[in-house]
Amino acid sequence: MAESISQASRRVGNTGPQPEAPRVVISAEASEGTDPRAFLHDRVTGDYPIDDFGFDPEFTESVLLPLMRPFYRNWFRVEASGLEHVPADSGALVVANHSGTLAFDAIMTQVALKDDHPAHRNLRMLAANLVFETPVIADLARKAGHTLACHADAERLLAAGEVVGVWPEGFKGIGKPFRERYRLQRFGRGGFVAAAIRTGAPIIPTAIVGAEEIYPMIANASPLARVLGLPYFPITPTFPALGPLGLIPLPSKWMIHFGTPISTSEIPADAADDPMVLFDITDQVRESISASIARLLAIRESVFG
Amino acid sequence: MASGVDTVIHMGVISTPRQAGGRMEMKDINVIGTMQLLAACQRTPSVRSLVVKSTSMVYGSGPKDPAMFTEDTEPRHQPVSGWAKDSVEVEAYVRGFGRRRPDVRIVTLRFANIIGPGMRTGMTAYFRLPVVPTVAGFDPRLQFTHEDDSLAAVRVAAVSEHAGTFNIAGDGVITVTQAIRHMGKLPVPTPRLALDALRQVGSIGADFSSEQIRFLTYGRVLDTSAARDTLGFTCEYSTVQAFDDFARWARSG
Repeated sequence: MAESISQASRRVGNTGPQPEAPRVVISAEASEGTDPRAFLHDRVTGDYPIDDFGFDPEFTESVLLPLMRPFYRNWFRVEASGLEHVPADSGALVVANHSGTLAFDAIMTQVALKDDHPAHRNLRMLAANLVFETPVIADLARKAGHTLACHADAERLLAAGEVVGVWPEGFKGIGKPFRERYRLQRFGRGGFVAAAIRTGAPIIPTAIVGAEEIYPMIANASPLARVLGLPYFPITPTFPALGPLGLIPLPSKWMIHFGTPISTSEIPADAADDPMVLFDITDQVRESISASIARLLAIRESVFG
Repeated sequence: MASGVDTVIHMGVISTPRQAGGRMEMKDINVIGTMQLLAACQRTPSVRSLVVKSTSMVYGSGPKDPAMFTEDTEPRHQPVSGWAKDSVEVEAYVRGFGRRRPDVRIVTLRFANIIGPGMRTGMTAYFRLPVVPTVAGFDPRLQFTHEDDSLAAVRVAAVSEHAGTFNIAGDGVITVTQAIRHMGKLPVPTPRLALDALRQVGSIGADFSSEQIRFLTYGRVLDTSAARDTLGFTCEYSTVQAFDDFARWARSG
């Protein structure tokens, strides 16, 4: 196991196209003042580092995060807490509730860990294969550091010391009707727990409050969804009635809490194949998220607080 | 087969119909040729080692693939045509031979695209197009093996004591856009349907087979730790260095 961990970290760590050149280290501070000319030069020559997963830190820092930061700071006014529970320099599995029709919750969690965590950690999410089938989205997801939700990728990233994000409710969570808001859906088969056990990475139960209200889904046009090959087609008070305007998310007040880590390092690796152990830990994670959601909802003054 | 031969190196699987004069001929060379070679090996008791040059194309390419392939990753998108499918069949025949001659040590090397100043493949022709079309909305991760490294890998496999299947690729990855930029050219995002039409034109040398278009959509990356840990082989050139050696040559010519 120790052997494969060191291998994996070498694979992920050894990523620059120019091994001679020092790796580009970009912190959140630096990103505020990225030189646009240097950025454009790198894009034209193709000389920018990416890792084996296709994570492009320069593009993420210079293009994606600046687009998302206004949502984080000014629109949703996200308050992140419990960041001290996310390790500064080792692997961890962030497991959170999923909602809001479009995956703003995942993106805001990424901004929280990048901007508000003292070590400016990059969140590496596990995404559905629909993401990697879809033009443009597939490309952006890889460049932002995300990969397919599968055992192999989860373990490879965790073993390399990355913070991995998983939303185990999947489409059941993100595509649920508004009347079921803040009701956690089924957590799948607990595959994420197995990955954490095999790599000894702590699980960080994470609660997100606010995402439920950005696109209140009053109905699901499922025949249309089927025709378009989508998991659901949302009808909200503003979409599709107002057309593209309906795509503007409502400015709900958000809170993200990273909860007390659940350690997996004392669990023997072969327990990863024991369904009872997996169910048990999955339940523990679910309970913790559920309790945090209740607490955050009680603190939040109003939906748009 | 000449008596006393102890090691057979099979590098005869060709990648494009142009090399053979047509798809039928190519399939004959690849599949029938392999069967004949294996039959000859089977009748030659002195053969102790067989090294087969295969390709990472056998993994296929698609959105449900893990970020990196190990040798035992189950292909989720089996190749259905061309060189890739031939290689899947070749590997199957080689496994069959292994069952019939368990005394022969077999090494199968699955190479990422081999590149360098001496290579003329569908892939090198692609990057030498005056304008290079990419699949709109996708920027796949590619890997390359430098031509010198490919020979070195075969040499190591031939004299090694180990058997098995090994991925061979230069470290790291390069996206297709980066590669085109390293050529000093402009990537031109093109709808997939238009690329399919280019295949029908067919005379530009570059490979736009359906298998290749899937590859240019989803890419493929190999985990090469087995070759390093078991065979003790690592490529001298990283993926980017291998590509740049080709790009320098192509830009100067």
